[in-house]
Amino acid sequence: MAREVALPLEIEEERPRRRRWQRILSTARKHPLGVFGLSCVSLLFFCGIFADLIVPYDPEATLRERQTFGALVNTIKPTDTKLTVVDAQLDVGTNFDIDGERMTVVPPAPIVSGAGTTLHVQRASSQATHEAGAALELDVAIANADPSWSHPFGTDHNAKDVLSRVIFGARISLLIGLTAIITGVTAGAFFGVISGYFGKIVDTIIQRCVDILLAFPAVVLLLAIITVVGDEDSSVRRFLANNTPLPKGEFIGIPTFLDVFIVALVIGLAVAVFTTRVVRGAVLSIKENVYVEAARAMGASDARIMWRHIFPNVAALVVILGSVLLPVAILAEAAISFLGVGVPLGTPSWGADLSDEKSRQLMLEGYWWPVFFPGLALSLVVLGFNMVGDAFRDLSDPRLRGSGLGGGGGGGAGRGPI
Amino acid sequence: MRDYILRRLILLIPIMFGVTFLTFLAYRVIPGNAAVLTCGLDCSPQVIKDLEHEYGLDRPWYEQYVGWLWDVAHGDLGRSFAYKIPVTTELGRRVPITVELLVLTLVLALGLGLSIGVLSAIRPATSIDWFSRLISVLFLSVPSFYLGILLITFGLLWFGWSPPQFGKGYVPFYQDPWTNIQEFFFPALVLALGEAAVLMRLTRSAMLEVLRNDYIRTAWSKGLRERSVVWRHALKNAIIPIVTVIGLQIGGLLGGAVIVESLYNLNGMGKYILEAIIRRDIFVVQSVTLLFAVSYVMANLLVDLTYAWLDPRIRYA
Repeated sequence: MAREVALPLEIEEERPRRRRWQRILSTARKHPLGVFGLSCVSLLFFCGIFADLIVPYDPEATLRERQTFGALVNTIKPTDTKLTVVDAQLDVGTNFDIDGERMTVVPPAPIVSGAGTTLHVQRASSQATHEAGAALELDVAIANADPSWSHPFGTDHNAKDVLSRVIFGARISLLIGLTAIITGVTAGAFFGVISGYFGKIVDTIIQRCVDILLAFPAVVLLLAIITVVGDEDSSVRRFLANNTPLPKGEFIGIPTFLDVFIVALVIGLAVAVFTTRVVRGAVLSIKENVYVEAARAMGASDARIMWRHIFPNVAALVVILGSVLLPVAILAEAAISFLGVGVPLGTPSWGADLSDEKSRQLMLEGYWWPVFFPGLALSLVVLGFNMVGDAFRDLSDPRLRGSGLGGGGGGGAGRGPI
Repeated sequence: MRDYILRRLILLIPIMFGVTFLTFLAYRVIPGNAAVLTCGLDCSPQVIKDLEHEYGLDRPWYEQYVGWLWDVAHGDLGRSFAYKIPVTTELGRRVPITVELLVLTLVLALGLGLSIGVLSAIRPATSIDWFSRLISVLFLSVPSFYLGILLITFGLLWFGWSPPQFGKGYVPFYQDPWTNIQEFFFPALVLALGEAAVLMRLTRSAMLEVLRNDYIRTAWSKGLRERSVVWRHALKNAIIPIVTVIGLQIGGLLGGAVIVESLYNLNGMGKYILEAIIRRDIFVVQSVTLLFAVSYVMANLLVDLTYAWLDPRIRYA
């Protein structure tokens, strides 16, 4: 008797925990692509949040390297300003060091002869003597370096580390994506609930505005708005600069923060338009419920009904919309930055790096890495979101259960409304 | 049916007014004066005034708006600020390019998407199915501009081939069909692959749904050939949601045209509007934006109308 009682107790203590882990593990084993997607998405968040801690180099800095560029032919004395060197190709204005002393090449231009190159220089101090054979050293920009251990993704034509730029690109993508989604979905839910709840004239006005905005192809709409709002001294920019704590320059490691933020707001507008339409549709059916009528009968105000009775019922929908639209927003940023009207020049954004004219030219000559890797990162992130979405659809739709790859009705992340 | 079309067209009128007003207003809000941008910063005030007068920019905004609407209604879309060329002339050259690009894209997307989707659905859980789903989720995720860059670069690096328009410019189909196809094939493919992936996934799931139906079993048991069952009995019923999605994708294609045309150096409408936006050429921007919006709305109307043709159960009262 005692044994029979003891056994279930034991099992109850042990089972739930182990079962949950086993279930998660077996689910993961059944959806390898979902796991892959989840790791891509996690990597995006990890890189975005900890970008400044994990980058090997400053993504904005021109990387330089000390190189020996030649050697002195004859000994130079303290007051000498003319020297002959072997094997040095230096233009007027170049700085170089000999035994730690800084020298600058001055006109007339270097004369190349059989014996070497004759340079006229300005010296930092006129005290030191340098023996023949002393090395000329120069800080050389490491431009277009091949991928290697010290620069896994190589460097671009500005001598910037591509890996660091890709990691910071994750931060910019994430910032723009999340800002756009949070503002867009909030505004969309607000107008959607109001439009659906009040109906009549309010609904008509809001929905006609949505109609008008939906009549533009999304890219064209974004281009049109961004040129208006993103302009040098547009009223939106001036308002944001003067009345909000948003800094114009660098913030959380992102240069030109204000411009990046404005891009996010513009994408947020597009998100809001779409969300309004969807939320309104849901509200139309929710407001017919008896509990709404009951609340009204008890004398609840319109605001209270919308906030306490209607909004909680669309909240789940809003969250789902937000997560589905996040990769769309990220892609939208990349697309408009690619077209050259998004983030300002030089910002380490994936789209902007993809469109860099010089990089693209160099790519045709075989320097593929500065363009290849940002695009790869962007594709992997969108792929990750798509695969996670497929896995979720698989799990939630019992008819598709076990098919592994997600039968995937419909669009997928990259091809939403934008 | 006729009433339905009429009603839809009437509903379009307020939307079109909104669209025109919005595009008009947007480019009057921009502080950078288009006239200054056109003739440079060291332009004398008199020259700027003359330019503004010539283009009617010194009139009150409502007069400008009504004037523009009047012109548009008469088929006059204004003149480019920078090049002084009428927008209609320029569009006459550019619209065929965009139309050819989009038609080719749709053909490729439908061909690839439907055939692979059907193949995947009638052989579920085989390696063909698995492979095509993997490919589709890949192409769903790779942005068209990245795919385009990769194709251009590695085409040149590995095969020494680059699209002919980089050297020659646009060659119409009737002049030199082979060059024309070479020019348009890759841009259209780049645009189409993403759309094909969407269509493939959709076709597959719609087909799987339909193939479970009793009438399919009946068709099989009647001894019909597989071709007949799949294409005539199943696909015909699965195609409704696919048509809906095609309608939604037209917007994406028009936007994609902006990207792909600038990437592949095709002088179509997309490249035109992008250049105009960067140059602040307001007359071009407002007219071409309007044209984009109209074609998008019209395409969607067309899609709605094809329902009735595809599915006799749908009747428009």
